[in-house]
Amino acid sequence: MADVVATHETIVVVGGGISGMTAAVEAAETGKNVILLERTPSLGGRVNQLYKYFPKLCHPTCGMEINLRRLRANKRIKVLTLAEVSKVEGRAGDYKISVTLHPRYVNEHCTACGACGVAVAAEIPNPFNYGMSRMKAAYLPSLMAYPQRYVIDPSILGTPDAEKAREACKYGAVDLDMKAEAITLSAGAVVWATGWRPYDAAKIQPYGYDRFDNVITSVEFERLSDPRGPTGGRIVRPSDGKEAKNVAFIQCAGSRDRNHLKHCSRICCMASLKQTTYVRERFGDEARSTVYYIDIRAIDRFEDFYQKVQADSTVRFVKSKVANITEDQSTGDVILHGVDTEGYHRYDNRHDLCVLAVGMEPSVDIKAIADVAVDASGFIQMGATDGGVFGAGCAANALDVNRSVQSATASVLRAVQVVNRVAKAEG
Amino acid sequence: MGDINTAMTEQYRNDFLKEVEANVEEGQWVKMCMQCGVCSGSCPLGPAWEHPPQEIFMMIRAGRRDEVLKSESMWMCTSCYNCIVRCPRELPITHIMHGLANYAHRLGLAPKMNPTRRFAKMFWKNLTKSGRVNEIELSVGLYFMDGFKTGVARAWAMKDIGLGMLKTRRLNPFGFVTHKGCKDKKGIQKMLKKAQEIEDRRKGFAA
Repeated sequence: MADVVATHETIVVVGGGISGMTAAVEAAETGKNVILLERTPSLGGRVNQLYKYFPKLCHPTCGMEINLRRLRANKRIKVLTLAEVSKVEGRAGDYKISVTLHPRYVNEHCTACGACGVAVAAEIPNPFNYGMSRMKAAYLPSLMAYPQRYVIDPSILGTPDAEKAREACKYGAVDLDMKAEAITLSAGAVVWATGWRPYDAAKIQPYGYDRFDNVITSVEFERLSDPRGPTGGRIVRPSDGKEAKNVAFIQCAGSRDRNHLKHCSRICCMASLKQTTYVRERFGDEARSTVYYIDIRAIDRFEDFYQKVQADSTVRFVKSKVANITEDQSTGDVILHGVDTEGYHRYDNRHDLCVLAVGMEPSVDIKAIADVAVDASGFIQMGATDGGVFGAGCAANALDVNRSVQSATASVLRAVQVVNRVAKAEG
Repeated sequence: MGDINTAMTEQYRNDFLKEVEANVEEGQWVKMCMQCGVCSGSCPLGPAWEHPPQEIFMMIRAGRRDEVLKSESMWMCTSCYNCIVRCPRELPITHIMHGLANYAHRLGLAPKMNPTRRFAKMFWKNLTKSGRVNEIELSVGLYFMDGFKTGVARAWAMKDIGLGMLKTRRLNPFGFVTHKGCKDKKGIQKMLKKAQEIEDRRKGFAA
C-alpha cells in the first residue's frame, strides 16, 4: 500500500466501530492526519448490528450516516479495512505498527451492483446476523457497509464459484490474485478502539445456551427484531419458527459474577428494557416480557426509560437471578427455575424464548499486542502508563454508545497532545 | 449453655450480623451476599427448606436472631456444594450453613429433635470413643434412633445394601465386639479435648 503515508505526527486509530470512527473524525477535524484500521471488511462495528439504540430508540443507520459523511468529507483520514494489527512497538511520539492487510479479492472498481453475489452458489454463515442466517460467499457485509464494496470469501478460492464471480463482474473488479500484505505504519499516538465481544454464553452452564435452541443471546435477539435481520423482523423461536410472544430476559448473564466476568457490563439492563419494547411493538397487548434481574442499573436520565417500561402492563419484573433453565422437549418451551428475592417464592416459569443479556468483554487481548496497562477484566486503563496508546470506547470499559463516543473524544484529546509535542520537537 | 446464650445476646444485642461474623465459621462472608437468589434456586433440597440460604442471610442482617438460630433450615444442607459453585460472589454458603448449625447447637438453640443434629452428635460420640468410626454401631444407632419398631423397618428396607456390603467385606458384622479403634485412643482424645479448649477460648465459649 504505497499510498499510505504515515509519520510521527500521524494518529493511528485501531478499530472502525462507533468509537474508532468518532476518534478518527475528531482527530482529523483538529487537523491531524489519521489512519483508521478496521479488521473486518467494513466500518460500523457492533452498533451497526443493533436494531435500535436506547434511550431514544433511533436506528443506528442514522448515526452511521452522519459519521460516514464526516469521514468521507475529510481528506486527512485514510481508511484501511481488512487490516489486522499484530504488534505495536515503540513509545509515545514514535510507534511502529505491524499490520496485515487481508485480501478482499475485490478492487476499487466495484460498484456494489451485486452481480458476483448472484453468480456465486456457495453460502457461508452471515456474521452480521451472528450466524443466524446464511449468505452468498460473494457479499456486501451490510446495507450500510463502508466502503460499499463486495467481498469474496476465501473459502471459494480455487473453486468454479470464484471464476463465476470474476466472469460476472462487468467492471473487472474481482481480482482473485490478491495476496495478504504485511505493512508497517509509523505513528505518534495510537487510539485503541477495538471494542467488545459478547461473553460466550455457553460458558454459563446452567442456562444451557449450547443445549437449548430457544435460549439465545441479547445480540442475537437484536438481529431477530431488526427488519433487516434474518427473519425480516419477525420475533420467532429458533426451534420451530413459532412467534415468541412470551419472552424472558435474564440480566447479568455472565456479568457481575466471579465465575465469569467480574465487572458490570453496564449496557445490559438498558438493552433488555429496550428489547421489551421490541416485543411490545411486535405483538401489542399480547406481548409478555419478563425481566429477571438482581437490580436494574438505569442511571441518570435512563431512569425515565425504566419507569416507562415499568408502566407497560405487558412487562413483568422478577427480582431474582435465575438458577437454571430446563427445556420442555415436547413443546420446545424453556422453563426458568429460581427463587425470587421479594418474598422468597420458588418459581418454575414457562416462556417461549429466553434472552440472555450477555456481558461485554474486550474483543482482543490488548496486552499481547501493545504496551498498555489493563484492569482485571482486560480493559485498557487510562493514564496507568506514560505511553501514547490510548483506549477508547469498549476497549477501555464496558460502555454504551453515548459514553463510547465521549470516551473516544477524550482519548483523541490525549493523542493530539502527543503529536503536538512531536511536532514542536521536530520544528 | 443458657448463660452463654444470655451473654451473647447481651453483647450483640441489636447486631446479629456482627455476632455471626465473630462466631460463625465463614460468617464474615454473610455481608457480601447481594440477594440474587441463585443459591436458593440451585439447592436440590430447596423446596424442603423453610428459609433458603439467601433468606437466612437477609434474616441475619435484619437481626432476626431467634428465628435463624432456632431454624431447621441450615440443618437441611447436604454439602452438595451447588450453591458455592454458582454463587456469583463466591460465598462459601455450604460452610456458612454448617457454621450456623454448629453455632446454634453450641448455644443450645438448635431444634432438639432435628435428625441431622442427632446423627451428627451420634457420629461424634462414636468417632471420639475409639478414634475410629465403628460402622456397624453407627448404622444400627442411626436406624434405631426413633425406637425399635422404626429401626426394624429401616434396617429391613436397607437389607439388600447391607447384605451386599457384608458379601464384599465392606461391613464387619462383629464390629460391636471386635472393633479395636486406633492405636493411641487416649492420645486422640487428649488432642481433641485440647482443640476444643482452644476453640472455646477463641470463640468466647470458655467457662
